[in-house]
Amino acid sequence: MRRRLDWLQAGVVVAMLVLVLAPGAASWLIAYPAEWVVPITLWLNVFMSWCVDLAGPACRALSAALGVPMTAVRELLNWLPWSVTLTLATFVAWAASGWRLAAFTFFAILYMVVIGYWSESMNSLALVAISVPAAVGIGFALGALAFVSRRAERIITPTLDLLQTVPAFAYLLPILLLFGFGPVVGMIASVLYAFPPTVRNTRLGLSRVPPEVVEAGLMAGATRNQLFWRVRTPNALRQILLGVNQTTMAAFSMVIIASIIGGTADIGWEVLLTMRKALFGESLLAGIVIALMAMVMDRITAAAASAEPAPPGGNGRLRARHRNALIAVGLALGVALLASLLPFLEEYPEAWEVYPAQYLNDFITWIVVEHAKTINLIKRCAFFFVMLPVKTGLDQTVTPFTWGFEFTAPLRAGYALLAAALVAWVAIRRGIGSASLIAFVAIMVYFGITRLPWPAMLAMTVLLGWRLGGPRLALGTAAAFGFLIVAGVWPQTLLSFYLCGLAVLLSFTVGTALGILASELDGVSAFVRPINDTLQTMPLFVILIPFVMIFKIGEFTALLAIMAYAVVPAIRYSEHALRSVPADVVEAATCFGCTRGQLLWRVKLPLAMPVIMLGLNQTIMFAIAMLVIAALVGTNGLGQQVYIGLGDGDFGVGMVAGIGMAFIAMIADRMTQGLSRAREERFGLRAEV
Amino acid sequence: MDDRTPDAPQVKLSCREVWKVYRDEAAPYFRQEVSTGDPGALAARMRGDGAIPAVVDVSFDVHVGEIFVIMGLSGSGKSTVVRCLSRLVEPSHGEVRLDREDLLRKSDRELIEIRRHKMGMVFQSFGLMPHLNVFDNVALPLTLQGRPASERNERVSRVIRLVGLEGRESAFPRQLSGGQQQRVGIARSLAVEPELWFLDEPFSALDPLIRRQMQDEFLRIQHRLKKSIVFITHDFLEALRIADRMMIMRDGRAVQVGAPVDLVLNPADDYVAEFTEDVPMVRVLKASDVLDPSQAVEAGMPREDADLSVENLLPRLARHRGGIAMMRGGESIGVVTAASVIAALAQEKQHRAGTDAPPSVRRGDSRPG
Repeated sequence: MRRRLDWLQAGVVVAMLVLVLAPGAASWLIAYPAEWVVPITLWLNVFMSWCVDLAGPACRALSAALGVPMTAVRELLNWLPWSVTLTLATFVAWAASGWRLAAFTFFAILYMVVIGYWSESMNSLALVAISVPAAVGIGFALGALAFVSRRAERIITPTLDLLQTVPAFAYLLPILLLFGFGPVVGMIASVLYAFPPTVRNTRLGLSRVPPEVVEAGLMAGATRNQLFWRVRTPNALRQILLGVNQTTMAAFSMVIIASIIGGTADIGWEVLLTMRKALFGESLLAGIVIALMAMVMDRITAAAASAEPAPPGGNGRLRARHRNALIAVGLALGVALLASLLPFLEEYPEAWEVYPAQYLNDFITWIVVEHAKTINLIKRCAFFFVMLPVKTGLDQTVTPFTWGFEFTAPLRAGYALLAAALVAWVAIRRGIGSASLIAFVAIMVYFGITRLPWPAMLAMTVLLGWRLGGPRLALGTAAAFGFLIVAGVWPQTLLSFYLCGLAVLLSFTVGTALGILASELDGVSAFVRPINDTLQTMPLFVILIPFVMIFKIGEFTALLAIMAYAVVPAIRYSEHALRSVPADVVEAATCFGCTRGQLLWRVKLPLAMPVIMLGLNQTIMFAIAMLVIAALVGTNGLGQQVYIGLGDGDFGVGMVAGIGMAFIAMIADRMTQGLSRAREERFGLRAEV
Repeated sequence: MDDRTPDAPQVKLSCREVWKVYRDEAAPYFRQEVSTGDPGALAARMRGDGAIPAVVDVSFDVHVGEIFVIMGLSGSGKSTVVRCLSRLVEPSHGEVRLDREDLLRKSDRELIEIRRHKMGMVFQSFGLMPHLNVFDNVALPLTLQGRPASERNERVSRVIRLVGLEGRESAFPRQLSGGQQQRVGIARSLAVEPELWFLDEPFSALDPLIRRQMQDEFLRIQHRLKKSIVFITHDFLEALRIADRMMIMRDGRAVQVGAPVDLVLNPADDYVAEFTEDVPMVRVLKASDVLDPSQAVEAGMPREDADLSVENLLPRLARHRGGIAMMRGGESIGVVTAASVIAALAQEKQHRAGTDAPPSVRRGDSRPG
């Protein structure tokens, strides 16, 4: 089978080479003809308007009903004096984790007050405060259902996969169409986007309760209900709370994304608005608010998940259990009383606000002007020498204007010879399969990813799917890519491929290198970790801001933003993988005289490979997630399509692109998992992260 | 497998022809063939069909107040047997009777009642609730029953005292050592004052020293409470130490049932013999097993209990060369001399070394009458 696959692959590469080189090759083989496009977009729009006609009124009623608690919470949070909210949040942080987090929370919230984004922040918080309990409730119920019933699980799990891989933007449109404008849309979207982690973790937690604990419960004579609520659920609680943490973060990031609809007057809207006006100082200040809110929420919920059970309190159990709640109420009342005496505690005076946006803008302008040459050089280098060759190929990129010389016939022949030699060498060393992959890459670099014939790309990916995941994955790949081709978004798909692939390649290389360094040097590890934590909790929006400030909009900025986000898992997984190589293996290797370098290259890296491959998987997922957001700063491709769909209210366009991206993400996920599994099996290891 | 003893003790729990087959396409077998054919052959056929017979035709009785040990290596089906007895695992076939009532016919509700009042179980990896402290863990079965707090507190403190954990009530399981955690497990299983007590490898996860200590503790507790016990272990020496009677299992089948001495002296097959090989004979043999038939009881002889182990008899023999009179029920049953002990040990040694030589020292043989 393997051999036959190798030869098939080689055949595809040869056919492709003939196709691109043959001067009069049928044009329908290069670019998918427009006449062949199936009007899926149209059908989707018809279907959607049918849905809106059918379910619209009910949805709008629901929306109005949901608006009531929504508004109530919003009013409440805005009505509370800032000093009371500040005190309560600080106290919660202290109770969950200790004085360090309390101090961080205190200053984070103080920042929101001082900078003058208080009511915007509270509006965002209100959305989160409503959608998190809803998402957790739904998530817990579904997770428990999936645990109890196998049949339910078989429906729930793939649905979750889809919900989590469809880009967040694509959610917004159908909800918008069904539920109408307003903050409720943001809330519904964030519930939908945020509940899957709770489902997963609930199911996982429940199924991981040790069998003996369950048996102990049974032998103690627990009824079905008692077993679930008093044995299984408390034992799974930690895992469930981990899910709540992820749900909170997802809800918050969706709340921010949803502000693109407008009309919410929240902090995400503030960022967008200022970014559109190119007021980068302002958008940075608002972005910091988002980042701080995200970090505070993350740290508090994470601390709650890992907290030890409260120490029991003898007879006064009731009072002990509610001690913290009592203190909190007391504190709140005290501060409220104080606020009624000192008005500045009630409402922060505008005169005291510090808003250094102007200085920031000046500073940025100064940087951009002062270092214009350097910035331009970086941009041009990256564009001409890295991005364009991948996009349109050396064939078109190498000109006197870009590279400083002509791509003459001898040079082309030289490239071809070099590539042929490399392919031949690899064919001898590693076999036909690897050689044909190399040949594919060589051809791609010459002609550019966007100019490759679609049948060849399709065949190549399907074969790759077969190789990594067997016939089922091959079939799935064929279906997914077939959908993208038939729906007529193949050119956009290729553009997404190009940007995303490049970002993944670069961030995986950089990230793995950093991860290796961090695993070897504790200093690097200590330095990298907080940066990673921050980047990972940051809503995707915010990551864009600094890059846009310096490099303005464009593909290069998008690339950098995607990399900044996607580099994190690569670093994390490779460091974790290398550090968790079994100590006895390392000791044995040291004993028979490995140098540090040999230890790393010959012992640790091979053993760590499966987990590093999982890191690649996550890198790809992160990159795809960021791709849509990056469309805001000017890229073409599927992300842009989703955005266009949202902007024009064209459900079909947005949905095709959104589903397409979800398909790509799922295929990439299965392929890299296949890669990791193959390595695992070879070593008899199991990767657990 | 006849395990009746002369004084016909009262049976607490009895199981007959119990089978547990996983991947249960085996149901058709049971309708026709189970009581007629050879169980071994039937199990082999099931394996051939891809089913997993974990328990094969197991029958035994547990008497009131005795410690019944099920011993076997991992995968022998011993844990499945004990779970069949408590119906944590539903047997595929057979009969389990508790106090003469058919346990397998009980409804879920009745079963919960039985578990709440008649059964207690201790688990190998303790099965404690990590979110509850020691007190609440022990109290859990009573809490689930909805017992009033006063009764609960009284009972819980009693069992916590019994296992020697006073003062650690508010600790959480993770703050305790393995031995202490298992004490919590034991206390919890005793909190409902069960009549039938299951212990599934309770000491296997503990260090050897702690294990020994816990065995003593367990015997002390049992000496006071006199429960009917089913005790699972993979450690033959542990089984010998605590068993009144024991059953050896292999591949789901009961290989031999009997008192520890019977097993050591009369291993049913090579498999059992392999376990008994390393057992020091002086510990297993009792004084009554090594009587010297040629000696008559004399008036001035020191006297000892005939149930004393040879190991404990040796120091006294060293001082009384003339022999010691063995007493049972106030009557002397014979005399043990240094020579008779040596002869018996030597014979047993020979018997173990030689493969098919008929064993000459037999408990029954050496008993008068």
